[in-house]
Amino acid sequence: MQAVYPLVFSAALFCVGVYGVLSRRNAVLVLMSVELMLASVTINLVTFGAILGTEADPLLTGQVFALFVLAVGAAEVGVGLAIVLLLYRNRASVNIDDADLMKY
Amino acid sequence: MSDFAWLIPAVMALSGLTILLFGKRMPRHGAEIGIVAVGFAFVLAVLVAVQVFSANVAAVAEVEEAHEAEAAAAPVWSIAGREVTLVTEAAQGEEAAEIPAGVSEFRLEQSTELSPIGSGFGIEAGTRIDGLTAMMFLLVTFVSLMVHIYSTGYMHGDPRYTWYFTLLSVFTFSMLLLVIANNLLMVLMGWELVGVCSYLLIGFWWEEKLNSDASIKAFLTTKLGDVGLMVGVVGLWSEFGTFNIAEIFEGVEAGDYSQGLLTFSLLALFIGAVGKSAQFPLHTWLPDAMAGPTPVSALIHAATMVTAGVFLIARLYPVYEASPTALTVIAIIGVITLFAMGLLALVQDDVKRVLAYSTVSQLGYMVAALAFSYTAGIFHLFAHGFFKALLFLGAGSLIHSVHSNNMSDMGGLRKPMPVTFVTFVIGSAALAAIPPLAGFWSKDEVLAGAFGAGGYSGTLVTVLGALGGMITAFYMARVLWLVFGGEFRGNGHPHESPAAMKWPLVALAVPAALIGFVNLPFDFAHPRGFAAWTMFDLAYFEGHPAEFNLLLALGTTLLALVGIAVATAIYRRSEALADDPMLRLGLFTKVLQNKYYLDLLYMGVIVRPLRDRLAPAVYWFNDHVIDRIVYLAGAGTVGLGRVTYRDVDQRGIDGVVNGIGSTANYTGNLLKFAQSGNVQLYAGALFVGVFVLGVLFAVA
Repeated sequence: MQAVYPLVFSAALFCVGVYGVLSRRNAVLVLMSVELMLASVTINLVTFGAILGTEADPLLTGQVFALFVLAVGAAEVGVGLAIVLLLYRNRASVNIDDADLMKY
Repeated sequence: MSDFAWLIPAVMALSGLTILLFGKRMPRHGAEIGIVAVGFAFVLAVLVAVQVFSANVAAVAEVEEAHEAEAAAAPVWSIAGREVTLVTEAAQGEEAAEIPAGVSEFRLEQSTELSPIGSGFGIEAGTRIDGLTAMMFLLVTFVSLMVHIYSTGYMHGDPRYTWYFTLLSVFTFSMLLLVIANNLLMVLMGWELVGVCSYLLIGFWWEEKLNSDASIKAFLTTKLGDVGLMVGVVGLWSEFGTFNIAEIFEGVEAGDYSQGLLTFSLLALFIGAVGKSAQFPLHTWLPDAMAGPTPVSALIHAATMVTAGVFLIARLYPVYEASPTALTVIAIIGVITLFAMGLLALVQDDVKRVLAYSTVSQLGYMVAALAFSYTAGIFHLFAHGFFKALLFLGAGSLIHSVHSNNMSDMGGLRKPMPVTFVTFVIGSAALAAIPPLAGFWSKDEVLAGAFGAGGYSGTLVTVLGALGGMITAFYMARVLWLVFGGEFRGNGHPHESPAAMKWPLVALAVPAALIGFVNLPFDFAHPRGFAAWTMFDLAYFEGHPAEFNLLLALGTTLLALVGIAVATAIYRRSEALADDPMLRLGLFTKVLQNKYYLDLLYMGVIVRPLRDRLAPAVYWFNDHVIDRIVYLAGAGTVGLGRVTYRDVDQRGIDGVVNGIGSTANYTGNLLKFAQSGNVQLYAGALFVGVFVLGVLFAVA
């Protein structure tokens, strides 16, 4: 099986995520971009698990780990959205450029 | 008993300390401690003297027995004696064989080594008890006892009464230490200590400038001599390698020395004696020393301390015998002193000054005597101590009564002061060498010794000594007539002194009159008297039999009587000192009154240039050069410190510390802008960093 497709896809997805994190001003979009990066890592895990497994010994570690990452990602999104919600309540804005109190 | 002789000085030291600490609280302000202590010391001294003297007499008796036995066993000598040469040889051989083995003079040494300083240089503290020590013990403790008792009357009511008795005790201790010492370092110690006590006591009434001047003069003049003493002690040490007197004697006996250095050392020692014993030309301090209280003059400046020089020569007599040059110098200095200083007493008005010059003159006799005979010198020392102390105490009694030192304020005191009169006459007669009083026998011994020795110096001492005796008789008769004869010329009503002053006079008059009989020059009743008691060496005693020259004795007595007669003729009717013919002799009087201009000479040649020229110059040098150097060193140090503080510490070290701080501050100030609060920027930086690190790891 060709591993290159999912890996390239995963890298592209990660780059899109990085770009989103660095360029978006909307906190929700930034959060979504982080989820994209997380997804690309999950894809990596599944890919390598599939590549390294054999007929005799199908390696399920990657897939199990992917499930864990999804669970953690869901929890993380819960926390992140809660923060965004509080930000919005206090500032009436979700622009992260406005949330710059922690500076000199 | 002699084993405990060290107690004699020790008890006086203890007494001095006790009086100093507790004297003021005692009922008699410390005087009783001093008297008890010195009384105890006197009793001990008598016991020691009895033991030493009887041991010496026994030794002499043994030698004589052996001598007689030898003479009986070997009559050959007297037969062979027809030939002159044989006689001399025989006599010499006999003399050498005279002293049987195992018989020797009494000598007891106890010594403790004190912290040896390595390479054989040891310092010891030791005592040496022999005839001379025992004799000096007797003299010092007895006179000191009398002076202590006398002082309770004389110093009564003095504001520094307790301090006075402290000094008396300390002085007595120092003198006894000097006497008992078995090595020259201890002698030096005692010597300086008596000097200090003398200084303190001369200036005892320091409120008057004159008195403190006199004390300084005495101290400095004797100090000049002390330098000589120190040089002499070191000289002897370099010659014999020891300070111990007995070992020095052994060295001399072994002939293990160079004559030149020995003579030099002995002359240096003699300079010390010249200073302390007020010999010409360092005698000028003694008459001035009369500024002290009179009992002090009696104790220190007549009987004991001033004889320390004579004692020193006597102590080292075996060494001095080895150097005829030194002995000749001693004879000459002694004879100059005894004659020239006796003359000075002629023109004095102050009764204490008469006695002072007489003391100088008598010390001259002792010193001159030592050049010829050991026994004569110390016998005169012994006898003189008693009668001169008596005379001084008598003079103190007069002064106490009329409140003046001057004979022009006295006169006619025979009736109101009978005890003083009688004792003073005894003392004067003893000093004037009227037989059979003490002075006659001792002075006769001196002159007979010198006459017997012959030679230039012997003849000189005999002639001038006899003439000096006439002068002595003359001025003592003058004093007697001026003080006790005629009418009272002073103010107030003279009275006899209190009992505390009267009885010491009586007690001193007895030995002053009778002490001569302990050393009769011929075999009468007790052939082994003073000479045997105090001999330092049996061989010397055997080799120097007592000399008596009837013609000489008669001649000197006649001269003394002439002196007295002349003085009587002149002063019997003398009412005022203005009539004194002694003061109307033109140049003679002038020279004498100016003390041979010696004081002026010392003042002009030594004191003035030193005090007015050298001292200011040295002061200037000190002020402008030495102090300047010190000052500059101080200022330099301060400057250096300032530079160190300002440049090294403040700028250098503190600068580094501060620099580190401010650098951190500065860079922090620059870096703080990186914290913009823009999370995306942080994340971007994070990604860039991770990317760079990833690339770096990949490359590596």
